[in-house]
Amino acid sequence: MNLILISALWGVVMMFSGLFIANKSTAKTIAVVGALVLLAGNLFDLSGKMIIDSNFNGMLQYDKFGLLFLTVIVLALLFYFLLSGKAIQEVGNHSYEYFALMFFIMSGIGLVALFNNLLILFIGIEIVSIPLYILTGADKKNLKGNEAALKYFLMGAFSTGIMLMGIAFLYGATGSFQVDKLNLTANDNFTIFLVIGVVMIMISLAFKVSAAPFHFWTPDVYDGAPTVFTSFMASIVKAAVFIGFLNLFMNGFGTITGKWQLSIAIITALTLFIGNITAVYQQSVKRMLAYSSIAQAGFMMFAIFAVNDMSKQGLLLYAAAYCLATIGIFAVLVKMKDFTIDGFNGLAKKEPLIALVVTVCFLSLAGIPLTAGFFAKYFVLAAAIKTGTYLWLVIFAVLMAAVSVYYYFRVIQAMYFKEGNSEMAETSSGFKGLLVAVAVLIIVLGVAPNLLLNWLILY
Amino acid sequence: MTALLLILIPLIGGFTAFFIKEEKQVKMWSLAVAFASLAVMSYGLLFAFNLDNKVFVAEWLPQFGSSFALLMDGVSTLLCLLTVVAYPVIFASTWKSKYTSPNSFYGLMLLTQAGILGVFLAADGLLFYFFWELALIPVYFLCSKWGGEKRIAVTFKFFIYTFVGSLLMLVGLIYLYYQTSDASFSMQSLYEVKLTVTQQAWLFWLFFIAFAVKMPVFPFHTWQPDTYEQSPTAVTMVLSALMVKMGLFAVVRWLIPLFPAGALMFDNVVIGLSVVGMVYASVLAMQQDDLKRLVAYSSIAHIGLMSAALFVNNESGMQGAMIQFFSHGVNVLGMWIVVELIERQFGTRKMSELGGIAQKAPTLAILLVVVALANVALPLTNAFVGEFLMFNGLFKFNLWYAAVGGLSIILSAVYTLRMIQKVFFGNENAVTVNTTEINWYEKTSLAVIVVAIFVMGIYPKPVFALVQETVTMILGIFK
Repeated sequence: MNLILISALWGVVMMFSGLFIANKSTAKTIAVVGALVLLAGNLFDLSGKMIIDSNFNGMLQYDKFGLLFLTVIVLALLFYFLLSGKAIQEVGNHSYEYFALMFFIMSGIGLVALFNNLLILFIGIEIVSIPLYILTGADKKNLKGNEAALKYFLMGAFSTGIMLMGIAFLYGATGSFQVDKLNLTANDNFTIFLVIGVVMIMISLAFKVSAAPFHFWTPDVYDGAPTVFTSFMASIVKAAVFIGFLNLFMNGFGTITGKWQLSIAIITALTLFIGNITAVYQQSVKRMLAYSSIAQAGFMMFAIFAVNDMSKQGLLLYAAAYCLATIGIFAVLVKMKDFTIDGFNGLAKKEPLIALVVTVCFLSLAGIPLTAGFFAKYFVLAAAIKTGTYLWLVIFAVLMAAVSVYYYFRVIQAMYFKEGNSEMAETSSGFKGLLVAVAVLIIVLGVAPNLLLNWLILY
Repeated sequence: MTALLLILIPLIGGFTAFFIKEEKQVKMWSLAVAFASLAVMSYGLLFAFNLDNKVFVAEWLPQFGSSFALLMDGVSTLLCLLTVVAYPVIFASTWKSKYTSPNSFYGLMLLTQAGILGVFLAADGLLFYFFWELALIPVYFLCSKWGGEKRIAVTFKFFIYTFVGSLLMLVGLIYLYYQTSDASFSMQSLYEVKLTVTQQAWLFWLFFIAFAVKMPVFPFHTWQPDTYEQSPTAVTMVLSALMVKMGLFAVVRWLIPLFPAGALMFDNVVIGLSVVGMVYASVLAMQQDDLKRLVAYSSIAHIGLMSAALFVNNESGMQGAMIQFFSHGVNVLGMWIVVELIERQFGTRKMSELGGIAQKAPTLAILLVVVALANVALPLTNAFVGEFLMFNGLFKFNLWYAAVGGLSIILSAVYTLRMIQKVFFGNENAVTVNTTEINWYEKTSLAVIVVAIFVMGIYPKPVFALVQETVTMILGIFK
């Protein structure tokens, strides 16, 4: 509860400070302080000390998984602000508002992570989505950005509508909005209402996490939005929607896995295929990362597919690994003059440290051992194998992971093995230090993932 | 303790090497680290070869049933020995080669050593997978950065091939993990899993493809000649003397003990592919003009014989294969050293452009002839012991495999002797007229190899004793 409240309030604080403080660069400082306060509030949440200690008639549930997940997200937000705060200020004249919108999104993420009522899920998703439409179009003079924002808004609104309709159907079938009171059993006589409800919710959530075949907005929106905001969308927001997805399917539909598992399996396979294969053909790193984020969503879908204890661990680790790597790469990408892969040619000679960090991030995305990405993939795949069914899906996924190596390594090859004069904006030593911290965290989690997972399992 | 130190020394030494900017110093440092590993291994082998030194277990991921467990048993000891012997020889023989940013080069080389030793020692499924991949990453950078013209594409092919293989193995490994009674990755728990024949059949292939790519067995070999050709020779030495042994070793330690029924079911397939590969690679080797490609194809032929012999399910075949792990490592290292010396001096590897080197460099010629004869498996050389036993085993399994495979021995004599003739004898030409003799440390490196060839050829008993433990274990499983 702390996190939801504080982030909403801090959003308001940010907006008003924009009125009273003329200096643009103070925005980052206030935002970083806000992220720290959020972190503190969240840690109090974890230890059970809340400002308002109520679950609102069971509409929220404070389970350890959700709270731990939020901790990871808030930490990612902190890194994001520290690394990309300056770039956010440079997007346009409304830097305070941008930060404010992100705090509102955090509030929505809190709801999505802790909901126990379908309406809260809906409200959470809306609170996450609406500021995102604005952020996508933040660069008003950029035509591509405007197009992306409009596209995102229309399609996003449509998918939320489908979700609401699905919730209504589900209510009609079960008579409850409460996730833990849906009481679905596999032997039920499935009414058409129930089927429509589940399918509609599945479609809209698949849209939000950009799973195929509902992914068409992703490349355009990620490519069109200002690069810093793409970073935010592709990492923090995406991971957060996944936890809502998992919570609903685990706590609500976990008893009827047999009914929807095949559909999720097909969505997973399609997502992996489309994301990976299309990414191979991209020349722009930004667009490649957009497709790669679809591909990564395919791997996270395994957690939804399996719905067991391993999926919780897997998704937690995946969120951490994926957010770290994505934020790290985008922080560097923002500084690049040329977003194509050739633009990275010879970066290792000019900026050996930054090239090294980017390499670690890409290795992590590809899932190479010794990086967090390996264990993230390991756990989600293990979750799927544990179900004992659909082994073909896992084998298909690892083949796709091999495809992903192809496009991730192209950037590494460009940086290290190709001659070129890649141009990059000046970077401060603090920025480099933070990047190194990101790389170190990725490797630490890659050697000892239990540092994070123990919190979920033991304490 | 020895087991742990073997991994730690090159690991720490490798990371340190990145920070030594001076070329000479980083070379000295790497050589020192390589010798330190050798010293630790020899000390462990000679004075403290007890259980304490061979086993190491530490906590890693207790909740997920994986521990940092190392075990140095029979054949694993032999391969660790090969690795620690090979590294000083590699560094010494390539002492004069110049590399841009030598600190990264030597750092990555030492990290590779740590990864390879980890593979040979790991006694935990997940840890094994970890090292298996770790050995690959530095090699990827080594080949792509310091290799020949086509290095980037070629290395990438190699990387993707092995990566696909190892991911399939990972799927199999996780599946196996869920079948264990105590949810553990430890070698013992995995060995004890009871699988149906169908499960064994497809798990066998998930694992075998990973290992077959690494060895490489025909038809998974297409990455190998290109990669060997394009890599800097020091890396090629690591690849062909040590890394291919990872695949063979994995068959011994993991594949056969885990899926004995699968191994019995597909023995004809594997042996058949291997034998075809032997003859095919030998024929191709005869047509090569480039020295590196010649050695590469000859290596495929030799590996084919070993992988066939591992599946014959009789004592002499297995003994022979495991002894050959070591012998092939030594011999191929010798071949590469000669190639490296020739290329550095004359700037070409084409046999058609060379000739008459023996007149000015007699020592090099003599040493090469010994290595080459070992490559052909002449009696008194180390390879004879192994190849004789392997053919004996193959013969017992099926006469026809032995007969067809035997062709490759004849062919190997053809291409090896032809190479000696073309490169070392005949008339001098414009390229080779200014030949100079090799210097003392290059002589020493080659001499070490030649001594090893003869010692093992005449007195192979210590090696027999080492591999017997593993052979008995595997034959016990088959029964």
